[in-house]
Amino acid sequence: MEKQNIIKSVSYAKWGYIFILPFFLSYAIFSLIPLADTIRNSFYEYYAFGLKTVGPNWTGLSNYISLLSSDLPKYAWNTFVMWVLGFVPQIIISLVLASWFTDARLKIRGKQFFKVVIYLPNLIMASAFAMLFFALFSNAGPINSILLRMGIVGEAIRFMESTLGARTLVGLMNFLMWFGNTTIMLMAAIMGINPSIFEAAELDGCTHIQKFFRITLPQIKPLLTYTLITSLIGGLQMFDVPQILTAGKGAPDRTTMTLIMYLNKHLQAKNYGIAGALSVFLFIISAILCWMVFKMNTDSDPDGSKSAARRARKGGKA
Amino acid sequence: MRKKRILGLALASVTALGLLSGCGGGGSGGLLSGTQASDGGKVLNIYVWNEEFQGKFNENYPEVERLSNDKSVAYLKDGTEVHWIVNPTQDGVYQQKLDEALLKQGRAAADERVDMFLVEADYALKYVDPEVNVALPISQLGITDADIANQYRYTLEAMTGSDGEIRGLSYQATPGMLVYRRSIAQAVLGTDDPEVVGAAVADWDKFYETAGQMKEAGYYMYSGRADTARVYSNNVSAPWVKNDKTVVVDPNMMNWVERSMEDIASGVSHNVPGQWNDEWNKDMGPDSKVFCFFLPAWGLDVCIAPNVKDTAAAQDWAVCPSPQSFFWGGTWLVAANGTDNASQVRDIMLTMTADRELLRTLALNYGEMSNDQPLMEELAQSPDFGIDLLGGQNYIGVLSDVAATVDLSNISSYDQGCVEEFQNTFGDYFNGKISLDKAKANFEMSITERYPWLVGGGVEWP
Repeated sequence: MEKQNIIKSVSYAKWGYIFILPFFLSYAIFSLIPLADTIRNSFYEYYAFGLKTVGPNWTGLSNYISLLSSDLPKYAWNTFVMWVLGFVPQIIISLVLASWFTDARLKIRGKQFFKVVIYLPNLIMASAFAMLFFALFSNAGPINSILLRMGIVGEAIRFMESTLGARTLVGLMNFLMWFGNTTIMLMAAIMGINPSIFEAAELDGCTHIQKFFRITLPQIKPLLTYTLITSLIGGLQMFDVPQILTAGKGAPDRTTMTLIMYLNKHLQAKNYGIAGALSVFLFIISAILCWMVFKMNTDSDPDGSKSAARRARKGGKA
Repeated sequence: MRKKRILGLALASVTALGLLSGCGGGGSGGLLSGTQASDGGKVLNIYVWNEEFQGKFNENYPEVERLSNDKSVAYLKDGTEVHWIVNPTQDGVYQQKLDEALLKQGRAAADERVDMFLVEADYALKYVDPEVNVALPISQLGITDADIANQYRYTLEAMTGSDGEIRGLSYQATPGMLVYRRSIAQAVLGTDDPEVVGAAVADWDKFYETAGQMKEAGYYMYSGRADTARVYSNNVSAPWVKNDKTVVVDPNMMNWVERSMEDIASGVSHNVPGQWNDEWNKDMGPDSKVFCFFLPAWGLDVCIAPNVKDTAAAQDWAVCPSPQSFFWGGTWLVAANGTDNASQVRDIMLTMTADRELLRTLALNYGEMSNDQPLMEELAQSPDFGIDLLGGQNYIGVLSDVAATVDLSNISSYDQGCVEEFQNTFGDYFNGKISLDKAKANFEMSITERYPWLVGGGVEWP
């Protein structure tokens, strides 16, 4: 009797676990443990004092408090402004390009070629791209010599020394690097729209502009929101371009210093306590953003019954 | 379903932080404990930030028998292998790698240990500190005062710890001088003779008198505020930080701020925002209207020569003493605590920094200002030692006088950080972007980010 029972309980499920084990192991080692360590460090006074090390001494929330009293909100604002400067032109140009490329009526030649070309800037390393712009726009650089030669300006424009100039350059670079990527994503979304809708609209005498605003935009709204949120998360982590462009200084007067550049400043000083606290702040912000993406991508009401019920309830009350 | 969503959310957000926190963890404390210098190791590891010293060593150290094919390893006559570990200075990479290696010195296998490392004056005292004890005092290696009697005083002072022990030796002296254009001197002062020009810039008052003449004639006196910064920061009356707690800004630094701002407004300075950039290089080029630069001996070869090579300005230069003495750069050899090659390290340090014939070769073949005062005084009189770039002028005489007056007693391990942050934060003030008070506030903020233990210590302004 007993023997038979043992034979019956052979399970194949364990192979499933064994196959996914490597991921969880490497995840734990390379992400989860460092993550826990970061959070732990944020509650300690812990930094390098020359070759000596101070701490770790438990200090509770003092790292968080000192961060809140620093210029952190200003760096968050800088990050946001530079993200907007890159994102707004990016989404507009991408929408226009995507609707042109997918329009069956416009027979654009060499579409494939243009798709590759607009994606190319994304293949260059951001730091190399920033180096290039640094050289191009420096006080004695080619852009200034062209402007001077053509007599457009009387003396060299010091782009990097003005807040507007430096921020615009960062926005411009982010725009150039990412608009190709967004275009291709939006094209996929637009091609997912049922072509019969467009045909029907055309039969009814719909103009291009109307088609774009009345059909394309509403139909790709979910993907637009997705692009917005992922770009926000990416923007939150912005550092490579401004870091290289301003040599880590966030010049002028720290108006191009992003949150991650500020984090880097503390990491260079090996100040694990403050850096940890700053990372936790960023974690909370990006967790909220991730939650929004997650919400959007999970349909909690697949057959529409819940919203129908809600409507019914509202109707009943009214 | 609910559980799965929470798990999914948690994983998603945790991944996001994983991306953000890339390098948040780690770092272990503990200084060298129980490490002892010993002898008889087969591998000698030297930490450096470029190949300058490596080249001079390979070509001149008499014990070198042969090099490996890629020159990365030198084999000494006694069979020891010399290995070079090169990390760039930029962004503190060299110091980070060196610190990591030094901190595990006690646990590393004998042939893996750091035996010798090189340092620059700006951060030397960090390693010279007797408390961290990573550098061996030269007295412990058996090097006596008599062995190094000819070396310039300041090169020894720079490496003297709070216990009075010297922990590093240099083969060069890097006093600064004023490098000027002969053609502009000719046009404005009527002569390019170094004696006369030297007299016209003998102190700051005379310097600015001359600057006025330059301006009237349509020239700039100097390139930008970063050029004069070193002259001011080398002549302060106290170290930057008091008791590892309070930053004391020297009145001379504020003089620099005031003077630079005036010079930008009046057009005496060409207002180039830094050094080593395009504009600075163009200011040294043949079409420039900038009269002079503050440079050490190596600056002739590294900064000026490449910008005027094969142009009309290729020999248009001469040197005279700067209005105030200063120094720039310099490389010191330090024996690492815990070395297993103590006697070879001793021999390398002594030969490379105190052997007169070797130092003479360095001076003649590399244009080096060697660290041997009597030798330099001898070469100063020698007619063979003229430099083409300077139209045949022998600059050793100018430098030798300055080297004897360089005073490093106020240097501290904070110099690199404080001077860098000071120049950065006041840069916005010079560009007219922020007020003086805002610049001061920015400096106070930056300095505590760089040195977390200065939080709460305050900054004293003159």
